[in-house]
Amino acid sequence: MATLPNAVPDYLNPDSIRTGLTRRKLLDQVFVIVGLVLMFACLGILAILFMNLVLDGSERFGWDFFTNFPSRRAERAGILGAWVGTSLIMLVTAFCAVPVGVAAAIYLEEYAPKNWFTAVIEINVTNLAGVPSIVYGLLALGLFVYQFGLGQSIAAAGLTLALLILPIVIVATRESIRAVPKSIREAAYGLGATRWEVTKDHVLPYSTGGILTGMILGLSRAIGETAPIITIGALSFIAFLPSSPITSEFPFISFKWLNDPFTAMPIQMFNWVSRPDQAFQANAAAAGAILLGMTLLMNAVAIWIRYRFRKKINW
Amino acid sequence: MIETTSTRGTPESILRNEESARPGQPPAGAAAPRLNIAVDDTRQTKAITSVKAQVDNVNFYYGQNRALKNLSIPIADKQVTALIGPSGCGKSTFLRCFNRMHDLQPDTRYEGSITLHPDNINLIGPGIDPIEVRMRIGMVFQKPNPFPKTIFENVAYGLRLRGVRNRATLAEEVEKALRGAALWDEVKDRLQDSALALSGGQMQRLCIARALATTPEILLFDEPTSALDPIATAKIEELISTLRDQVTVLIVTHNMQQAARVSDYTAFMYLGELIEFDEAAKIFTNPSKKATEDYITGRYG
Repeated sequence: MATLPNAVPDYLNPDSIRTGLTRRKLLDQVFVIVGLVLMFACLGILAILFMNLVLDGSERFGWDFFTNFPSRRAERAGILGAWVGTSLIMLVTAFCAVPVGVAAAIYLEEYAPKNWFTAVIEINVTNLAGVPSIVYGLLALGLFVYQFGLGQSIAAAGLTLALLILPIVIVATRESIRAVPKSIREAAYGLGATRWEVTKDHVLPYSTGGILTGMILGLSRAIGETAPIITIGALSFIAFLPSSPITSEFPFISFKWLNDPFTAMPIQMFNWVSRPDQAFQANAAAAGAILLGMTLLMNAVAIWIRYRFRKKINW
Repeated sequence: MIETTSTRGTPESILRNEESARPGQPPAGAAAPRLNIAVDDTRQTKAITSVKAQVDNVNFYYGQNRALKNLSIPIADKQVTALIGPSGCGKSTFLRCFNRMHDLQPDTRYEGSITLHPDNINLIGPGIDPIEVRMRIGMVFQKPNPFPKTIFENVAYGLRLRGVRNRATLAEEVEKALRGAALWDEVKDRLQDSALALSGGQMQRLCIARALATTPEILLFDEPTSALDPIATAKIEELISTLRDQVTVLIVTHNMQQAARVSDYTAFMYLGELIEFDEAAKIFTNPSKKATEDYITGRYG
């Protein structure tokens, strides 16, 4: 367009501003719609999957399914060994991963000087989250099962999964520690608190919500992991429970179960799916629905915890 | 930062009073081309009857960057000393030297001395633990920063750090501090409520109470009212005026009128240097430096 020295350029013309604005706002709307469609598509697929599992396994749901050991007859087979094994493994995993992960995150955020060494550690931690789980399984087979002589036990499985979710716990903890405002730290330091006092009196209590959320998200990742625990040798057919943690004799608590062989939910499912008998498919579907339900429940708990802590502390 | 325009002069020219940069102004005559703080000091020290802290040739470095240049002023005991100057002049940096907050950042370095009387320790010397300094010198920050705990626990925290466990002592000291910060009547019935439920002005007074609870020798204020509305600001200013009976106050403020209202002594800083230090009345009515006068009258900043 030819312009006189003092002519209004086209892009400053009110009419062109208006037409341009209409188009830009339309694009805004388009993005909202595309986003919503994609989101509902994802949720829909998950819902269909879940419904499918529930329907396929519907005939197996019932008290017996939870209290029966696996059996050669599909309608009598249950998941008792599997859910007990999974629960105990999760216990070991949480007890190992959370203290180590939280301590590592505190060190990296509050104590470590910012230099190339900590930068290398940070990159490594983040990358560990992306290592295929089977690799952890192989590591655990060599290290925990043979080197440490833990054998094919609940302890070995728990430690393996702890290793697997350690990066998740560390990253989540670091993020929630970082969310504690600098001004709060300054207030505590200003009163003469030491680093540890600032951490224990302020940083940790205020980031508990995020830490717990990270822990649960890590555990819900671990609960469905199959490859590493197959690698370390979970049994797929197990007709006994690990020894009881509570005993009738002094000291009433026993850790013998740590050394017991085990099976877990995903292993049990895998076993049933690979059977030729069609009747076992229903068992697999039912176990799958229960496992998915457990995961969703854990995520719901994480969301609830986060919500509660957010409500209590808003900066 | 100050905009560099031909009529205003460069930041450095303001400092040096380069008259050529200001065509409209009559020459300042006797104004010294380079400021010599030490000379001013000796004159001023006489007016101060009792010195709580003596700042001598303090330099402060962020890495290689020298943020404070040869600062020397006395801090009068149980008086309010204000630090004024445009953004980036180093007043907050200077304030944070007094309680060693810079030690929390890596690669920072102090030079010179801040001698705390009566026990003659150098607050920025290598021989003293920064944590001890912070326990003896309280600080109130720009943005109210109460802990997300109860009102009581906020005030009690400094005492708890000192190992006070006795409930009666804690309750007594907390009440005293809250009264000292003119907050007691507003919160006495809800000491166990979250401090985050308070209004901004109340939060800032809670932070003052938190600092007062451990009876600091000097109380530092880093622009304590910049996030508050005028009514809350007035309350804090009134409080600062009353505090001078019990504690030495050093306040950084962006607001010159505030410095004029609350301070007994005022230091004007610019580009990390001390331009002028004097009684507040003199700084705001008859400053001896052209740069101070220009700042006070709003010519820049």
